[in-house]
Amino acid sequence: MGYALNFNLIWRHFDKLWGGLLLSLELAVISIAIGTVIGLVLAVWYVSAGRTVRAIIAAYVEFIRNVPLILLVYLVFYGVPTVVDLAYSAPTSFVLTLSVYSGAYLVEVFRSGLEAVPRGQLDAGKAIGLTPWQRLLHVRLPTMLRITLPALSNTFISLFKDTSIASVISVPELTFGAQWINFNTFRIVEVYLVTTAMYLVTGYVLLFGLRLVERRFRAAR
Amino acid sequence: MLGQILYALPFLAQGFAVTLWVSLLVVVLSLIAGVLLGVGLVYGPLPLRWAVRIFSDTIRGIPILVLMFFVYYGLPAIGLHLPSFWAAVSALTLFKTAQVIEYLRGAVGSIPKGQSEAAMAIGLTFRQRLAYVIFPQAFRRFLPPWINGVTDAVKGSALVSLLGITDLMQAINQVIGRTYEAMPLYILGALIYFAVNYALSLASRRLERRFSFIRE
Repeated sequence: MGYALNFNLIWRHFDKLWGGLLLSLELAVISIAIGTVIGLVLAVWYVSAGRTVRAIIAAYVEFIRNVPLILLVYLVFYGVPTVVDLAYSAPTSFVLTLSVYSGAYLVEVFRSGLEAVPRGQLDAGKAIGLTPWQRLLHVRLPTMLRITLPALSNTFISLFKDTSIASVISVPELTFGAQWINFNTFRIVEVYLVTTAMYLVTGYVLLFGLRLVERRFRAAR
Repeated sequence: MLGQILYALPFLAQGFAVTLWVSLLVVVLSLIAGVLLGVGLVYGPLPLRWAVRIFSDTIRGIPILVLMFFVYYGLPAIGLHLPSFWAAVSALTLFKTAQVIEYLRGAVGSIPKGQSEAAMAIGLTFRQRLAYVIFPQAFRRFLPPWINGVTDAVKGSALVSLLGITDLMQAINQVIGRTYEAMPLYILGALIYFAVNYALSLASRRLERRFSFIRE
């Protein structure tokens, strides 16, 4: 057990970790934004659609949710360009993958939220003469958001952690930076301690922020 | 193309067996550790509760991949040499254990206090209260999320490929390395993972429906 901690080399290469963390956040934010649009559109479509559309959306959700993310990452980065004439960088490829991946999880979150909106609210909207669009925009979506916020926060945090998978296609995010320092300095315990702390702090800051948003919306009730 | 894939099938089957073996080990080991620590979290003395809480919140707060590299590269550095297979299994087990702790806390926490008090009033010991009163009721709340979590274990097992263990994921990558048939093989792999996990999630949904008559 003669292991002496020495963080000097970690601080010397800290830009790899810090830059990595910023890239992780960037990947997460862009993918979650696209995923949220996918999720919202498909969820709204799902609850009002016929059988065929429902089956197609359900197939997308079930397929993505039951396959390891790492396999999807490989499939999009190494597989797709062999059949379609497309060229994209590793970060773009990962954002594409995580967007489609998060979309599938978010459809589920939004769908169960939409189904939890009390029937009476929609009837009330109809009674005061709102058009279907107005009912969706001013009644259904706001109520659904309030219901889904806790589940939404958890999904967002979990997706942020999933950005670590980008390291397998050499996207220089936080986990990749940690591995670089691991292989180049061999200060193994130190680099993973620092990386763990960075993921934890970022995750809990995000969680705290999202809980504040939740509280605001709850107060507005 | 088809010929090459057929030729590779026995090799993929071996990888698939490793995937199932890793998943099974992780699920069983984490169930034992998670239930023990979960009971510690709910009923233990304050220092133990704190320790389990910190363990669970830390482990669940970092990506599994980082945890895996930490265990795989970090243990030899402090003089503990585990074969890569067991390093990978212990990392995945640590992660799953933290989840099982939370399932258990949720399930036990949902049992009304009066149940415990009534059991105490008729003179049951702590172990009897758990075995005859709390666990039988908590079980049905524990089961659906836990089975759902089993699919996460199968998906998570694909990460062991990064430590050079020839599971299904790694077997697929190796076959692609020889045949250059990337797309068909990734799709085949996806379908295999899908088949296993979808069956598991159908089972958990059925169980949830079975227990849906229970209300607060």
